[in-house]
Amino acid sequence: MRDRRHPAYWGFVLHRVSGIGLALFLPLHFWALGHAIQGEAALEGFLRFTDNWAFKAGEWGLVTLLALHLAGGLRVLALEFLGWRARQKDLVALSAGFALGAGLMFLLHAG
Amino acid sequence: MAQLKVRIQRGDGMAEYGVAARENQTVLDVVTEIQREQQPDLAYRFACRVGMCGSCAMEVNGVARWTCRTHVRKVAEDGTLTLRPLANLPVIRDLATDMTPFFDKWARARGQFQPKDAPNGAVPAEFAVVPPSSPKRQEADAGIECIGCGVCYASCDVVSWNPDYLGPAAMNRAWTLVNDVRDGGRRERLDAVAGDAGCHSCHSTQGCTERCPKNLDPSSAIAGLKRSIFWGVLAR
Amino acid sequence: MRGQVHLWAAQRVSAVFLAVAVFVHLATIMLAVRGGLSAAEIVARLRGAEGWLAFYAVFALAAGIHGAIGMRNIAGEWLGWRGRGFDALWLGIGLLTAGFGIRAAWGLYHA
Repeated sequence: MRDRRHPAYWGFVLHRVSGIGLALFLPLHFWALGHAIQGEAALEGFLRFTDNWAFKAGEWGLVTLLALHLAGGLRVLALEFLGWRARQKDLVALSAGFALGAGLMFLLHAG
Repeated sequence: MAQLKVRIQRGDGMAEYGVAARENQTVLDVVTEIQREQQPDLAYRFACRVGMCGSCAMEVNGVARWTCRTHVRKVAEDGTLTLRPLANLPVIRDLATDMTPFFDKWARARGQFQPKDAPNGAVPAEFAVVPPSSPKRQEADAGIECIGCGVCYASCDVVSWNPDYLGPAAMNRAWTLVNDVRDGGRRERLDAVAGDAGCHSCHSTQGCTERCPKNLDPSSAIAGLKRSIFWGVLAR
Repeated sequence: MRGQVHLWAAQRVSAVFLAVAVFVHLATIMLAVRGGLSAAEIVARLRGAEGWLAFYAVFALAAGIHGAIGMRNIAGEWLGWRGRGFDALWLGIGLLTAGFGIRAAWGLYHA
């Protein structure tokens, strides 16, 4: 088994996994919001349907994935467009920290 | 004397050997000892033994390394070494790989210097004056010390996912020449490294930069190519 | 090959926009979930608001394209789905997803 235990690799894996998750969720998200076409009541009905701990947990997961993908993407852009080659390790750690923070914020506010 | 367990990939299987563990020994020493004392038909490759030629690279406990510059005590896990040929390359036999695809890609990435002043390969009449402190020269110098050992190529997942992918070393070379003010092949070179088989498939996993025995940074070189192509496309 | 370069450029350009938009989105989420999601609250913010409509329309377009190009790259690497046919398919999926998102934004604007 080839060894891939370096921070930038973890950064890549997290970025890819979060990206796949978000890409699969996106159509569902748009479909759900599309209830608004039938008026406010339809949207409210959907929101009441999802107002339970299981959906809350899912939403928490999505917010965390979104923050993770955002921070990981900024790392890639910094490397590609600004040529930031130093401190990649710190940027990966920072991304993870940002995602955890966003997830926590969501839990605090949603609770 | 303590024993070292050495597992070596031979064909489809793993062969196992026992070698005396010494105070000072490199992985290459161990392979040589096995070949001399126990397995005369073991195939592997080396030349200089001092980290200049880059021919002794193998995968040692999952990490591609120059075996001549790797001390056993720094990499052995529980007194065991697992040796495989470099990944992403055809195996000729045992630990010796065929480097042909690796070097073919250098050619495909236009890794050859094309003098601006002498397009036909003639020797320019005058010496080019290139200040070593100029930013472009510094960028070129950052990648110039590559000796083509293939460690980065074997450590790159994108190569395993796409056999056409040029790989870190070839593109590091291309980036060096893109920054060489004496070179006249910039446009063709950037075209040659563009697209899915080139720099645009790099995901900055930085296995190359992590593993390069010369501490070069091919990952940043590839990023530089992406950048140049991006702004170049807008300028066209 | 030129097409591949353009896909990459489209993904990075959309990424730069998304970086800003996702920050806004995360902040909006944190505010919206306080005291629970409600359709009335969402509609009150978005109904008749041209600024938000434009923001969400471009957001949906960028997200749809960005996600589809990402999935294209992953499918090429992990499933071997390569070639112009697949590229066109992914681009179609991306634009379709974006269309759904713009439809939802339109719905909320008119709700």
